[in-house]
Amino acid sequence: MTLIDLANPSKFLALTARLLPWLAGATAILLAIGLTQAALAPDDYQQGATVKIMFIHVPNAWLSMFVWGVMSLAALGTLVWRHPLADVAAKAAAPIGAAFTFLALVTGSLWGRPMWGTYWEWDARLTSVLILFLMYLGLIALWRAVEDPSRAARAAAVLTLVGAINLPIIKFSVDWWNTLHQPASVLRLGGSSLDRAFLIPLLVMAVAFSLLFITLHLAAMRNEILRRRVRSLQMMQASQHIAFSSEVEAGSRQENASKQIGAA
Amino acid sequence: MSLGPYASFITTAYTLVAVVLVILIGWIAIDYRNQKARLRELEASGAARRSGRTASDI
Repeated sequence: MTLIDLANPSKFLALTARLLPWLAGATAILLAIGLTQAALAPDDYQQGATVKIMFIHVPNAWLSMFVWGVMSLAALGTLVWRHPLADVAAKAAAPIGAAFTFLALVTGSLWGRPMWGTYWEWDARLTSVLILFLMYLGLIALWRAVEDPSRAARAAAVLTLVGAINLPIIKFSVDWWNTLHQPASVLRLGGSSLDRAFLIPLLVMAVAFSLLFITLHLAAMRNEILRRRVRSLQMMQASQHIAFSSEVEAGSRQENASKQIGAA
Repeated sequence: MSLGPYASFITTAYTLVAVVLVILIGWIAIDYRNQKARLRELEASGAARRSGRTASDI
């Protein structure tokens, strides 16, 4: 099956129906392994047990940006290639990305209070991630405000591509500005500075959360396809109803006219 | 496993992630059920897709 075959929503539904149980199973297994490893990981010599928050904070933070990246690719699919499933993918990803970003912000805040002495600081990293969260909410509002999905898709695609400028700002904010947030310690030149005791559970959790995103995204895309089918059936039914009513009206007018002619 | 003096921050963070993810999964599952039910209702009232496929084919 090629990417072009997946442009057919019916084929996409059939393929995802087969894939989803396997993806959900793999996600559950990896999450269980990751959580066990996180629980058994040693305390950090400086942070103590609060380092365990890293195993959920970092995957959520990575996914908050990754999901916007997926939406940006989908936006290109909508504007450039007009792929039928591109805007479905973008719309379905937004609430999931918003949830991951919210969790990155809250878990970061709960980690920051014992380590930095504050829940929140208006530094470049925290502020740029908050802006990302607000952009997710803006996109969701836009999708809901415009009733016609194809018109909403184009506006949302432009907004998504403009918002993608924020991704490198988030990534490099800790290098470009003097922030309270620590610089990158996993994805950086020269390799990770994390000890294997922390790095392995973190990577397992990151893969588990990525699989969770893929599973939820495919399921949400299926829902969106069904929603559009419901909408098109409702519109078809409404147009048939209007056509029937106007036929009945025209028939009764003709009947009245012939009666009047007869009376004359 | 001792979580030390900041146990409440750690448990709150993990609980919150679990709650939000359960809500997200539940919302997607309920949405799927709702859309399928609406499709069946429409098909029962006579509306049919051009392909002739029904909600039970999905």
